[in-house]
Amino acid sequence: MTQYSIHLLDAYPAWHWLVYLTIGLVQAGLLLALVMLSVAVYNWMERKVSARIQDRLGPTRTGGRFGWLQSPADGLKLLCKEDLMPAGADRMLFRLAPYISFCAAFTPYLALPFAPGWVVEPLETAVFFILAVAGLEIFGVILGGYASSSKWSLYGAMREAAQVVSYEIPLGLCVVIVVLAAGTMDLEQIAAAQQGWFWNWHMLSNPFLFGTFWIYMTCATAGTNRAPFDLPEAESELVAGFMTEYSGFRWSIFFMAEYTAMLLLSLLAAILFAGGWNGPIPVAGLLGLTSEHGPVAEWIGHCLGACNLICKGYLGVTFMMWLRWTLPRLRIDQVMATCLKYCVPLACAMLAGTMAWTFALRGGF
Amino acid sequence: MPPILWHSVFFFLLAALACAFAVAVVLAGNVVRMAFYLIMSLAAVAGLFFLAGAQFLGAMQLMVYVGGTLVLLAFGVMLTARGPLSSMRTGGGQWVLAALLGGALLAVLLQTVVQVGVRDGDSPAVAPPAEPQSPTSSTAQLGLGLLGVRSAPQVQVAAAPAPPPGYLLVFEIISVHLLVVLVGAAYLARAKRPRREEI
Repeated sequence: MTQYSIHLLDAYPAWHWLVYLTIGLVQAGLLLALVMLSVAVYNWMERKVSARIQDRLGPTRTGGRFGWLQSPADGLKLLCKEDLMPAGADRMLFRLAPYISFCAAFTPYLALPFAPGWVVEPLETAVFFILAVAGLEIFGVILGGYASSSKWSLYGAMREAAQVVSYEIPLGLCVVIVVLAAGTMDLEQIAAAQQGWFWNWHMLSNPFLFGTFWIYMTCATAGTNRAPFDLPEAESELVAGFMTEYSGFRWSIFFMAEYTAMLLLSLLAAILFAGGWNGPIPVAGLLGLTSEHGPVAEWIGHCLGACNLICKGYLGVTFMMWLRWTLPRLRIDQVMATCLKYCVPLACAMLAGTMAWTFALRGGF
Repeated sequence: MPPILWHSVFFFLLAALACAFAVAVVLAGNVVRMAFYLIMSLAAVAGLFFLAGAQFLGAMQLMVYVGGTLVLLAFGVMLTARGPLSSMRTGGGQWVLAALLGGALLAVLLQTVVQVGVRDGDSPAVAPPAEPQSPTSSTAQLGLGLLGVRSAPQVQVAAAPAPPPGYLLVFEIISVHLLVVLVGAAYLARAKRPRREEI
C-alpha cells in the first residue's frame, strides 16, 4: 500500500502530518480488524470443530442457529468477570505480560504482504523480521508466569521457555530452506516466484520443500503452545499453566495473542510454501484482472489474492485445531525428543536435499 | 507550517525510551524486572536500527539479544531463584567498579561522537535514509562479506591494488569457537554414569 500512501502524501503537502497519521491508523485498523475478527471466528470454530471431532453438537442455541453469537457472548462474559490478582504478585509485570504477548504476535503483520504491494512496511528481510518479533511472544508468557508468584504458573513458564526456545531452531531452519530455494528474504518476491498454477508452489515443485512444510507445521504448532504440545498450560497437571492466575480481560488478551500467532504462522506458511496470494488456479490471470487491464481490474485481482491468502491461513489454523482435538498430549521428554531428535535432523536433511535439488535444476552436475 | 520531521520525532522517542529503560535497569532491585527493562531498552535500540534503515541489524538485535540472550537470562533466574520474587542488592565496591567501567566506556564513546561532528546543513536532523533500491540487497552484501567477497564500489573506482578482504577468517574462527562451546556444554550437561572399572 506504499505507493498509495506516497501518492496521498504528495497530493496534500500542507496536511502532511494529518495524512501521515490517517494512513497509519487506517493500516493498523485494517490489520487489527482482520486479527480480531479472526479471533472471534476461531473462538466459535474451535468449539464447533472440537464438537465435530468428539461427536457432539457444540454451541447450537446462542444466536438461534449454529451458535454464531457464541464469540460475542464469550467476550461479554469475559469483560464482566472479576479481575483477580494474586496477593504476592509483581503487580506491574502481571499487568503488562498479556499486552507484551499480544504486541509481539501482532507486530509481525506489519511486514506481511497480502497481495503484490499490499504490505504496510515492505521489508527486504521480512521473513527474518517476522521470526524475530514473533519469538518475543514468549516474554509475555515467562513474565506472566513468573509475576503470578504461583507454582503452577512458574512451572508453565519454565516449560514454555524450554519448549519455544528449542522449537525456534527447526522452525528457523525450515524458513532458511525456503529462503535458499527462493533466493530472497523478501516475502513479496518469495510469493511472486510461485506465480501461476498450483504446481508452481514451493511445496509442490520440490519434494524436499514438501517435507519441510510438514516440519514447519509441526514446529508452528509447538511454537504456539497448541496441543499436542500444550505443556505450558497442561490443565491436567498444571491447572492452566502460566495462565492459572489470570482471569477476565487479561486472560482473553493471552487468548487473542495465541490465536493471532497461530494465524500469523499459518499465513507465513501459506506465503512460504503454498503460493501466497497465487491460488491453485490463477483465476485473476485467466479473467484478465491484471495491471494490463487498468488499475480497477488490478485492484480486484489483488482483492482476490488477499482473500486467497487469508483462506489459506484459515485452512492452516483449522489444521492446527484438528491436530489439537485428535492427538493426545505429549510428555515433556517426548516434546523435547520430537524437536531435537526428529525435527532438527529432518530439517537439516531437507536443507541438504534442497541444496542438491536447486543445484541439479540449475544444471550444476 | 513546515512538515514535521517524523524521522527525528521517532529517533528522539526511541532514544529516550532506550535511555530511560537502561537507567531503570540500574535502579531496579528485582532481577526479573531488570530483565524486563533490559528487554525494553534493547528493543528500543532495535527500533533505532530499523529507523536508520538497517533492517537486518535490527532484526538480528531482536533475535539474538532480546529473543535469545534475555530468554536465557529469565530462564536462569527462574531456575535458580530461591524465593518467589528474588531481588538483588549491590554493595558499595560494586558501585565504584561499575561507575569506573561505565565512565571509561562513556569517555570512549564521547570521543567518537566528537570526532564525527555535526552534519553540515542547517537542519540538525539526520536525513531520512534513502530507499534501498540497489540491485543487490544489503543482506546479500552481508552474506557475501562473510564469505570473503566484500563489495565496496568506491574502492573499485579508485583503482585500488587489491580488493578489500572479507570477513571469512573471522567468521570461521567464531564458528569454530561456538562449536567448541557447544561441545563443552554438551559434555558438562551429559548424563553422568559410573564407569565400568569403578564398579
